[in-house]
Amino acid sequence: MQTIVSIRNLSKTYAGGFQALKNVSLDIRRGEIIALLGPNGAGKTTLISTICGIVNPSEGQVLVDGKDIIKDFRATRSLIGLVPQELTTEAFESVFATVSFSRGLFGKAPNPAYIEKILRDLSLWDKRDNRIRTLSGGMKRRLLIAKALSHEPSILFLDEPTAGVDVELRKDMWKVVSALRESGVTIILTTHYIEEAEAIADRIGVMTKGELILVEDKAALMHKLGKKQLILDLKHPLETLPAMLSEHDLLLSSDGLHLTYTYDTQGERTGITTLLDDLRREGIGFRDLKTTQSSLEEIFVKLVEESR
Amino acid sequence: MNWYAIRAIYNFEMARTRRTLMQSIFAPVISTSLYFVVFGAAIGGRIQQVDGVSYGAFIVPGLIMLSLLTNSISNASFGIYFPKFTGTIYELLSAPVSMIEVVIGYVGAAASKSLILGAIILATAGLFVPLEIAHPFIMLFFLILTAVSFSLFGFIIGVWADNFEKLQLIPLLIVTPLVFLGGSFYSASMLSPFWQTVTMFNPVLYLISGFRWSFYELADVSVGVSLAVIVLFLAACMAVVWWIFKTGYHIKN
Ligand SMILES: Nc1ncnc2c1ncn2[C@@H]1O[C@H](COP(=O)(O)OP(=O)(O)OP(=O)(O)O)[C@@H](O)[C@H]1O
Ligand SMILES: [Mg+2]
Repeated sequence: MQTIVSIRNLSKTYAGGFQALKNVSLDIRRGEIIALLGPNGAGKTTLISTICGIVNPSEGQVLVDGKDIIKDFRATRSLIGLVPQELTTEAFESVFATVSFSRGLFGKAPNPAYIEKILRDLSLWDKRDNRIRTLSGGMKRRLLIAKALSHEPSILFLDEPTAGVDVELRKDMWKVVSALRESGVTIILTTHYIEEAEAIADRIGVMTKGELILVEDKAALMHKLGKKQLILDLKHPLETLPAMLSEHDLLLSSDGLHLTYTYDTQGERTGITTLLDDLRREGIGFRDLKTTQSSLEEIFVKLVEESR
Repeated sequence: MNWYAIRAIYNFEMARTRRTLMQSIFAPVISTSLYFVVFGAAIGGRIQQVDGVSYGAFIVPGLIMLSLLTNSISNASFGIYFPKFTGTIYELLSAPVSMIEVVIGYVGAAASKSLILGAIILATAGLFVPLEIAHPFIMLFFLILTAVSFSLFGFIIGVWADNFEKLQLIPLLIVTPLVFLGGSFYSASMLSPFWQTVTMFNPVLYLISGFRWSFYELADVSVGVSLAVIVLFLAACMAVVWWIFKTGYHIKN
């Protein structure tokens, strides 16, 4: 897999002396969607801002398409579109004018037809002549996406693109993001909605306290860290767990009708067979069984807690 | 060079001017007319002539300079300060533009706006007093040079300022006094020898004197010196901008 953004030993210490990035290294692959997760203040925005040229790195190097982001900033920045976390827009300009402005700023010849297409894709075409301040928050967020796409970037940074966006619109945005990926755009997004990362990302990076503590394929991550649970619906309620079953990691529901067995998918053996054998030996019958896998959210909370 | 970016910034700034036509064009015209009424009529009644030029006509170059200076500074400083204030500067910082394009865009727009304003004031003045311009090309040269250098100066102030007070501070505390004491409304020769010497340390005096010379061939100092001073000031501003560019001072983290 080809690397499009290569971050090497990147550190950032802000003027006040606060170290927001600690020796971060990461290779982003061409065409992937990578989601950066992490609690508030983890350094996600700082990382993105550094790659985009808004924040000067203190140490380390970033290559975009093989070119240094400082020495070759014109080449690297032309490839990048950025949707910032904050809703920062002009107030009095029109929607169409501000998107055209962005395109010009990034050195592209005017192309009204292309801008029309973006605005239509983002359901903003009706608002093209509106002043920006008359847009709703969600519309402003989409406007920022339109601005970021105005110069046809091949790498798109989305810093919390769906913060403050309603559920339906969020799903629409996922579609937009997926369509962009289809067209070959590499996407780096940060989010606090783990279901978002789960829904659209190929890889997940977890940051905390300025460190990138983990980068993993989404599926592999869920597989590796995922705990599975086996839930048994019992025929007859149990008062207490029989002593013989105590060696299994079992939980009896308060009504005594459900047994929950937690096991590690990565373990040598799941222990399910022995459990079922033991149950039969005790004469405990069950009517139904199902398994569930822990969500990314649970994995993430666990990871961050462990690094504390 | 990213020409599309320069054009985008320039057009954006000019569009901002068009949106605030009232305050950017009409307000200066009204204040200039007031200067004429107050200074021209009130003082002009007592000082009829300065070195053979009617007092009303004598103050025209000074009035234009006054507006040119203050407007160049306020346009350019506001132009670059505002994106910092609202946060939209992120786009400028993440775009494939260097400080050179940013400066040309913002300073170019601010200077254009001041030049339009200068022309309007000149025309307004023509309604009150008969105008004669001895050296129109030199006059234009002074206009352009002044508009550009003070827009550059305004740009620096806009970059330096991190709140609205600072944005107003230098224009209010330094520039306006220098302009008023720089011979807009009088000739340095009208002052006592002591104040004449003090006045010579005021750079704005050289500007106004040179500019006035292009109208009436009247000057407190020689035109060459005036030109040298403004070119020097332009060079100094460029050096500061270059330094800002090198260090990312007050724009980047
Ligand atoms: N300009 C700045 N000067 C000093 N410290 C800063 C600056 N910007 C950010 N920081 C600090 O750097 C740390 C990382 O901030 P950053 O914005 O990168 O976090 P984040 O992961 O994006 O958080 P969030 O999820 O809240 O957006 C924080 O502790 C923050 O206070
Ligand atoms: Mg952030």
